[in-house]
Amino acid sequence: MKYLKALMREHRAESILAPLFKMLEASFDLLVPIVVARIINIGILNGDKAYILRNCGLLVLMALIGLVCSFTAQYFASRAATGISAKLRHNLYAHIQTLGFSDMDTIGISTLITRMTSDINQVQNGVNLFLRLFLRSPFVVIGAAFMAFRISPKIALIFVCGIAVLTVIVTGIMRITSPRYRRIQNDLDQVTGAARENLEGVRVIRAFGMEAREEEHFHAINQALRAAQLKTGKISALTNPLTYVTVNLCIILILYKGGVSVQEGSLLSGDVIALINYMNQILVELVKLANLIVSIAKAIASMKRVEQILDKKNEMIFPEAGERKWQRAEEAVRFEHVSATYRGAAGESLHDISFTAGTGQTIGVIGGTGSGKTTLVQLIPRFYEASAGKIFLEGRPIQDWTQEELRKHIGIVMQKAQLFTGTIRSNLLWGNASASDEMLWQALETAQAADFVRSNPDGLDARVEQGGRNLSGGQKQRLTVARALVMQPDILILDDSSSALDYATDAALRRALKKLPSEMTVFIVSQRTSSLRHADQILVLEDGHLAGKGRHEELMASCPVYREIHESQFRKGDEQHEQKAEER
Amino acid sequence: MSRKPRSAEEKRKSRSALRRMLAYIRPYRLFFVLSLISALVVCAAQLLVPVFSGDAIDAMIDLGRVDFAVIGEALLKIGIVTACSACAQWLLAYAGNRLTFSVVHDLRDEAAAKLQRLPLSYLDAHPTGDLLSRIISDAETIGDGLLMGFSQLFTGVIMIVGILCIMLRLNVAVTAIVALLTPFSIFVASFIVRRTSRYFKAQSEVRGEETALINEGIEGLKVVQSFGHEAESLKQFDAVNERLRTVSMKAVFYSSLTNPSTRLVNNIVYAAVVLVCALTAVGGSMTIGGMSIFLSYASQYAKPFNEISSVITELENALACAARIFALLDEPEELPDAEDAKAFTAKGDVDVQNVSFRYVPERPLIEDFTLKVRAGQRVAIVGPTGCGKTTLINLLMRFYDVDGGKILVDGTDIRSMTRHGLRSNYGMVLQDTWLKAGTIRDNIAFGRPDAADEEVVEAAKAAHIHSFIMRLPEGYQTVITENGGNLSQGQKQLLCIARVLLNIPPMLILDEATSSIDTRTEIRIQSAFARMMEGRTSFIVAHRLSTIREADVILVMRDGHIVEQGRHDELMALDGFYAKLYKSQFALS
Repeated sequence: MKYLKALMREHRAESILAPLFKMLEASFDLLVPIVVARIINIGILNGDKAYILRNCGLLVLMALIGLVCSFTAQYFASRAATGISAKLRHNLYAHIQTLGFSDMDTIGISTLITRMTSDINQVQNGVNLFLRLFLRSPFVVIGAAFMAFRISPKIALIFVCGIAVLTVIVTGIMRITSPRYRRIQNDLDQVTGAARENLEGVRVIRAFGMEAREEEHFHAINQALRAAQLKTGKISALTNPLTYVTVNLCIILILYKGGVSVQEGSLLSGDVIALINYMNQILVELVKLANLIVSIAKAIASMKRVEQILDKKNEMIFPEAGERKWQRAEEAVRFEHVSATYRGAAGESLHDISFTAGTGQTIGVIGGTGSGKTTLVQLIPRFYEASAGKIFLEGRPIQDWTQEELRKHIGIVMQKAQLFTGTIRSNLLWGNASASDEMLWQALETAQAADFVRSNPDGLDARVEQGGRNLSGGQKQRLTVARALVMQPDILILDDSSSALDYATDAALRRALKKLPSEMTVFIVSQRTSSLRHADQILVLEDGHLAGKGRHEELMASCPVYREIHESQFRKGDEQHEQKAEER
Repeated sequence: MSRKPRSAEEKRKSRSALRRMLAYIRPYRLFFVLSLISALVVCAAQLLVPVFSGDAIDAMIDLGRVDFAVIGEALLKIGIVTACSACAQWLLAYAGNRLTFSVVHDLRDEAAAKLQRLPLSYLDAHPTGDLLSRIISDAETIGDGLLMGFSQLFTGVIMIVGILCIMLRLNVAVTAIVALLTPFSIFVASFIVRRTSRYFKAQSEVRGEETALINEGIEGLKVVQSFGHEAESLKQFDAVNERLRTVSMKAVFYSSLTNPSTRLVNNIVYAAVVLVCALTAVGGSMTIGGMSIFLSYASQYAKPFNEISSVITELENALACAARIFALLDEPEELPDAEDAKAFTAKGDVDVQNVSFRYVPERPLIEDFTLKVRAGQRVAIVGPTGCGKTTLINLLMRFYDVDGGKILVDGTDIRSMTRHGLRSNYGMVLQDTWLKAGTIRDNIAFGRPDAADEEVVEAAKAAHIHSFIMRLPEGYQTVITENGGNLSQGQKQLLCIARVLLNIPPMLILDEATSSIDTRTEIRIQSAFARMMEGRTSFIVAHRLSTIREADVILVMRDGHIVEQGRHDELMALDGFYAKLYKSQFALS
């Protein structure tokens, strides 16, 4: 709860004023019985109609002041609740952005989204209720006990004992149910997941005729959710009866003790009425509280889920911003006996990789599915940490560079082409916010995307829908290449960025990249040897090991794995076509 | 979300939704009745305890004039009533939970089952998020609102009636004041609710906007980080977040005015009761004890009224959600299989006769398409992106039904086969790899859950994914998260191939089945593929030249039409669209 406390401290004024005004309102509630008692004791007994009228006027006035207090309390409570939840969303979003790739892989995207949305909504609801009502209840309870003391200290002891028992009941049930609500929330996640899976996999499920089994599967999870809900429900359903019994036991005791006191002459029967009224006020408050407990428990469970993420710290440590300016060296990238292991994985994904990439060189990375190509290139911008060995960038250990410098000077085009809502222009500007249109067109030209952008009537201002879903795979891929080119990086990484392109476009893209005048070091991950034929150096990966490195011709002569890959692609016939595509 | 249904249409829907909800409650009517009975007991106790304690107080007149026998009897009564009420309270909550969770559970089960029977045309046209929110959050709202609402409404009404009866017996005039003035609080409440509904609407709109932004931002987080774009993304998020804060603040604040406002009305009523009672008492026609009972009932009487106004909002909300779920449940399902529908293992002859098909009536797509494939032939489908290759697969698998003409398998119209029967004749590997959350083994054995472990390993070996699986922490028992999680696209595709290899049906549909697999691995699984395609009719969407050229028939598609069909050499000789496509793709000038 430490994050929530800190946020409440930030909204200190609201968080204090809201319950304060709520208590003020409650004090008027506590005064009502006294005014009524005066009307009875003085007004009726003396037959003083003017007195009665005046005091009834006072009751109305108190009601009006109560209303004002209450409005003020609600105002501050809603300000605090929405302010805190907005800040919490901001903090969580900002925090999620600092998570490392390993964290994202292990936590999972969809649960991050749920925590950002529905969990924080629950927290907002909880804070609002807490400020408005949760503090009011103890106040009324204690206030009623205080009033009871003024009437009869002896009987007020019953109040004290009763309140102690009630506190144990309320907090006890809350403590028992809170973790259960968290489990229920997780069960609900499962149900959501199963439903989503059924929707997304509908074609495969039907193709395999597995509808019945999927239905069964959903049924089982759904059943488990209900069972968990019922079990927890049974416990939280105890709150009301237990408080009710306690309060009524107190009333019985008050009546008995009251009777004895009246007999002794130390108390009037009217006082007994007042005591019972106060006890009933306590009950009313506790019933309200019991209804709140479910919401509060849910909110606590949600807050814990949010905290789990906030507690997750990126283990990678970067130097302070601005500590070191980017400086280029002869060697752009050097790996020395580098190994890499994904979190939670049993074995290494990369083992003992060493190579040097000179500035301005084109480095090809090739290998089978799962051979570690992506892992290798994702080590270069330090998305993941090497588990052994050393990586040098521009002559310095990779750990020396600040995160900003790494991001600014290394451009990566990932396998999965991802664009963002906005326009083509707004997406391209990601690379460099101050790029001119001319620079954008140049990048599009190089990325072989200029034609289709130009053919759109809106050109650069054409809309891009969420995730780029209104564009084809090939179009998205070329735009992501253009986006990386706009930033004019010193090191450019293309991770299989032409998989959705046909041979001709792929070849044209590579030719255009070659023509770029810069000193850019380019890593091209590809599955096609034809794409890498002209690379200065090709790294051949096989099951995470470096099976060979060198130029195409050298590898053809010395590296059986490379030769095999090459031959698999250039069987008779195909070779000439691609050769021609290349030469054109 | 507390938007009131306005139009007559929506009201009508809500009303019929209410009627249908009753049908869902029916199986649990025992619990429904139980909750009604417990509610009665609880209310009775609530009304009786003040009476008994009043009796006890009446027995304490003055010093030395206390009748302990009467008090003892009254206290015993309170004790018994309390015990009964406590049990009833627990039962009330239990029965309510039972009813709520069960009805929500049933609705979800039914909706999930419905998904399996809806035509793909519906599922393709509706965003996943929308359908999910009906099954998950709408069902939740129904649980919270409708059923809780029922019990609160019921106890409320009992309390109102009970208190009215008791008060009427005591004093008619005061009862009239209470009875007539209190409902005024409902007007105040509904007045505020009507005013605030637009803030709630605005809130849910901005919230939706923010959720979309969050979705995109978190799904694309790796890209965001790689561009160091975190600050800008956060700024963009903050802008929406700030708008949400403002609008939420209004919605939360204005809606929270309801309670204090109604309480004001009640407090004024209370003052009026005090005034009238006191004046009557001065006149001597009411005792002080009588007055105190009145006062306690007057405040209890107001409570259900206050609750009713919020219950009504929740009920309306719940009914709107119920209407959305029912709309889903009412969607026409796939035509059921004919009673005499056949299921057989096909030889593999596929005969497409004059088929026409369109997704939207005004846009013709496939027209008068005829194709004859003999068992064991290999059909390659080529064409630019979006030309309708997927449509053809949709029709072959009968994910969609043809509009005109027919498709025959082994001479039988596929519409007179059971869908299961037809689909079990096809093995399908799609470019869009879908995997279940579950173990690797479960995924490979998806089509045959009872397959022996050796068979699963065999299939994985044939798909050349075995050694990778063995490197995973738990081997075949490794659980993969939704949609494959940490696996690469190529690994997922290999798993999908293993899934089909485990149980190879007589016909195959391979939609870019190897697009993400490197060629060397592809060559290695070639033998498995060759064995797989051996003697089987296969439809292959591919852009790899060798695959296309070895096909017995090449279908060239363009804008949904089959523009050419024939063997590679024939099509090249034709020098039509295929030749052009071929040349542009492979740059053969």
